[in-house]
Amino acid sequence: MSYVSDVTALASKDLKVELRARDTLPAMLLFVLSTLVVFRFALPSDTQDDAAYGLLWVAIVFTALLGLSRAWVPEQEHGVLDALVLAPCDRSAIWLGKTLATLLFLLAAQVVALPAFALFFAPLDATAIAGVLLADIGICVVGSLLAAMAAASRARELLLPLLVLPLSIPLVIGGVGAAVSADGERFLLFLALYDAVFAVLSWASFEYVVTE
Amino acid sequence: MGLAVLLALIVAPEDADQGISQRIFYIHVPIALTAYFCFGLGALKALLLLWRGDERYDLESYVAIHQGTIFGSLTLVTGALWAKASWGVWWTWDSNQLVLFLVLFLFYCAYFMLRFSLPEGARRARSSAVYALFGVVLIPVSFLAIRLAEDFIHPTVFTREGPQMSGSMFLTFVVSWSAVTLLAYVLYRVELTGKRIDRDLRELREVLS
Repeated sequence: MSYVSDVTALASKDLKVELRARDTLPAMLLFVLSTLVVFRFALPSDTQDDAAYGLLWVAIVFTALLGLSRAWVPEQEHGVLDALVLAPCDRSAIWLGKTLATLLFLLAAQVVALPAFALFFAPLDATAIAGVLLADIGICVVGSLLAAMAAASRARELLLPLLVLPLSIPLVIGGVGAAVSADGERFLLFLALYDAVFAVLSWASFEYVVTE
Repeated sequence: MGLAVLLALIVAPEDADQGISQRIFYIHVPIALTAYFCFGLGALKALLLLWRGDERYDLESYVAIHQGTIFGSLTLVTGALWAKASWGVWWTWDSNQLVLFLVLFLFYCAYFMLRFSLPEGARRARSSAVYALFGVVLIPVSFLAIRLAEDFIHPTVFTREGPQMSGSMFLTFVVSWSAVTLLAYVLYRVELTGKRIDRDLRELREVLS
């Protein structure tokens, strides 16, 4: 039980910090909306819906990257991460708490982005939305671990997209497949598999990334 | 290696469909398999590092992945040449293997970026090891994704019934494969020795100054 309460305490700490400082979420919202507007003019006017779904995924991945690059900044600025590592809780709880908080921010951004996409470009069906949700989980699971790695490096914000983008290619394939393919369930299954595999891997390896 | 080239160029019969361009198969496929093998070796050493905590594995894992990336780039180049000769284009997104290699190539380039921007020490070793493990999991996952996403037009030579090749073609393939693996192993040892000497020299300098 104490593992669950550790995780919720860490995640709610992130939410409280965000509610008070409002650093990340407004930026993510504004970014995803501006990206969609830019895409409206980047596409030729007779473009089919399928191309627009692809661009939605570009917007989602970059919005997630924006959120992830801010994920460990409060910890970094105040040296909290070292204190958390020393705290008497399982270190993977730190990763899980951060993943949940980032996922909540991303979902909040998409509550605005998905209706905006449906309004501007093309309708989204249930399979497409399920694809977005599963891919969100995948990108936060992998991203919160890689962001912790990148935060320790000299390059920081520069490094994170380079680390995350190759790993998010399968997610984009799965997400676009769920939106455009007639047989979308297969892609949903694949996304769930991705989430499960990388969640276990990140959960098990987080400890090695943060300890000295 | 010389024997492999000889066999590949002269002994093996020409493929009925593709003619002479099929001979690049004897270089392209062994290089690709060797690249996978190097990535696998790198991940294995990474796992050993995390498990046993012995710093020696850090350098071994890095060198294996470095060799894998070199062989991976060669695979992309020979794959592009083969695609040009047999499909008439330099690049095709329909070829699962090529796309997979491109994804892996990007991934492992990021591995080097990560490694070179972290301060040297145990934490860098462990972060690189974790990323290398992600890579070896990414191989089957992206292969599945690419297979799901695209039409399957790559010539399937190895099926469940065993290799679909004549005897002398298979012999040539095995010889080339052994030659490339041997080459990779020699390069791996050379680079490892070089890197170790480099490190010892640096330590010696620090002690002296």
